[in-house]
Amino acid sequence: MARILSILVGLFFTVALAWSLGLGFYTWATEPAQPTAEHEFHEHPKHVSFASDGPFGTFDKQQLQRGFQVYQQVCAACHALKHVAFRDLEKIGYNEPEVKAIAAQFQIPKYDEMTGMVETVEGTPTDYFPPVMYAGQGSPPDLSLITKARHDGGPYVYSLLTGYQDQPAELLEHFPDAKTPDGLYYNPYFPNLNLAMPAPLMEDMVTYSDGTPATVDQMAKDVSAFLIWTAEPTMDKRKQTGWPILGFLLFATILGYMSYRNIWANKKH
Amino acid sequence: MSFPWAKQYTPSHPFMKWMDERLPVPRLVYNAVGGGYEVPRNLNYFWNFGFLAGLCLVLQIVTGIVMAMHYAANTEVAFDTIEHTVRDVNWGWLMRYAHANGASAFFVVIYVHIFRGFYFGSYKAPREMVWLLGVVIFLLMMATAFMGYVLPWGQMSFWGAKVITGLFSAIPLVGEPLQQWLLGGFAPDNAALNRFFSLHYLLPFVIVGVVILHIWALHIPGSSNPTGVEVKSESDTVPFYPYYVAKDGWAIGVFAILYCAMVFFAPNYLGHPDNYIPANPMSTPAHIVPEWYFWPFYAILRAFTQDFFFIPAKLMGVLAMFGAILVWFFLPWLDKSPIRSSSYRPLYKKFFWFGLIPTMAVLFYCGGAAAEEPYVMISQIAALYYFAHFLIILPIVSAIEKPKPLPFSITEAVLGKDEDAKLEPSA
Repeated sequence: MARILSILVGLFFTVALAWSLGLGFYTWATEPAQPTAEHEFHEHPKHVSFASDGPFGTFDKQQLQRGFQVYQQVCAACHALKHVAFRDLEKIGYNEPEVKAIAAQFQIPKYDEMTGMVETVEGTPTDYFPPVMYAGQGSPPDLSLITKARHDGGPYVYSLLTGYQDQPAELLEHFPDAKTPDGLYYNPYFPNLNLAMPAPLMEDMVTYSDGTPATVDQMAKDVSAFLIWTAEPTMDKRKQTGWPILGFLLFATILGYMSYRNIWANKKH
Repeated sequence: MSFPWAKQYTPSHPFMKWMDERLPVPRLVYNAVGGGYEVPRNLNYFWNFGFLAGLCLVLQIVTGIVMAMHYAANTEVAFDTIEHTVRDVNWGWLMRYAHANGASAFFVVIYVHIFRGFYFGSYKAPREMVWLLGVVIFLLMMATAFMGYVLPWGQMSFWGAKVITGLFSAIPLVGEPLQQWLLGGFAPDNAALNRFFSLHYLLPFVIVGVVILHIWALHIPGSSNPTGVEVKSESDTVPFYPYYVAKDGWAIGVFAILYCAMVFFAPNYLGHPDNYIPANPMSTPAHIVPEWYFWPFYAILRAFTQDFFFIPAKLMGVLAMFGAILVWFFLPWLDKSPIRSSSYRPLYKKFFWFGLIPTMAVLFYCGGAAAEEPYVMISQIAALYYFAHFLIILPIVSAIEKPKPLPFSITEAVLGKDEDAKLEPSA
């Protein structure tokens, strides 16, 4: 009885699935999915390496400072960095007076409890990067976590910054409807190919204090490295902590295995 | 209960003797995981995963309590409090990654534990209660993990909560009010986040309670073993301490190495990048996927794309998704074969290795893939086999199968039918 009941329930689900499968297959065979411009022309991030890559990766502080310079002089016009405090900049090699000076360049909105007014005051090291009032259309994302919030984050940001180009003729030929609308810019590394941000970097836009030539490629790489850091300032500590722990565990596991062999030595199993 | 030859607890220190007469906790521990618990000598490494699952539960509770100290269940700040924990709390990043990857480790371990049960027939008499309680634990784990994933209030948290609670709206008549009652609103918001946090803190302790029952029920008949032959004599067993403490001990080492490799070198590998974007009810992610451990069941949910007579496709999917786990409750009565271990069940063994395991792998893959062809068709075929396996194939196979001859005893299985085996004492 239980067996018949179970087979009936089984048939209920399997027949329902076969029904879905049959109709799905019919639709798939008769109306094959149309290719889309996004599907055909979207590209995966370029291969680019950072000092922070891999299990031994650390941060290249010189590069992070250059990246911060790019952020401050270019990106900060539209993009906030709300999870990063000015004091955090000490971790990329700025000393205390330098951090104070950097913080003072930013105006921080402060709510005055006595008057109920919001006033802006000069930033101090304990403040976080302030919100950015963006005047245009749309809302530029906060960049604190951007490299964690995208697949293959660092290379993605680098590819996006260096990936602006004219729309390929082939795309326009096959997908005339996918022409980049006015006010958007074509970039094959962006999921839907068109984004509202114009190419932000131009040759020598920033004068690096360490004398590195400020090519678009260099600036893109530096600011990507900086944004890898902002997404996880503790990453180097994490990787450095991991090795001794793995070493200890390996040692403990070998000892554990030996005592296991010892205890079971006379017990066939 | 225990085997007659199991050693009795004898307190040596006067204090332990005093304690034993009043509150015999040391005796309880001794009989549960000490020298007083006799275990089959032939357990293979799949039997280590129960102990590892217990370890994962403790790990999750400890790291979770620390995380809760720095977390605020408020949609305005929940995301920021997690970031604050990771960035500014001493070793906060370690707690966060240990907890997030701990959930994944827990599910890896529990899936091995469950499938060990499928293969070696651990659910069969007299261990049905052990199995039923185990399925209850698995359901509680899924609920806990789901609600925990909502707490960071990222994009996947929000949209995952929306999709999963939306499943209840498929229930006829009461569905919509039920969904609103569960969420405390029309969509996931502060009310939902607060109750999810409350339940996420409560359920692990409920799991601890059911785990105690699970182990209690296990200790009545004692552990099963790879031959499926019950313990017959003293030579079949070894005391848990020191034998299995040593074996579990070094297995914990291997587990810890793999787990720490994830925590320290790839802590975000199993997560979804979208959950580092704060929740935004106005912007739907391109692909909403749950965490990897739900993928097989998510694939089953999405496999039902057509209404079936008067039953809407969505309701079919929901019934099937829950049914896919609820069917495990009936396993002891669906599989009527008196033989436990698949090693002696040639036909069922084939269906296990060439049917169930590839099916789970395919469902797993399709559940994580985008809901487009050919993945939907592939998951439909796999889901079809899944239900056929448990509800049609298993009852029939267990009726028609000719099992291989079983060894007389565990000792014989280990030592062979030589003279030594016969000389071992029997009870």
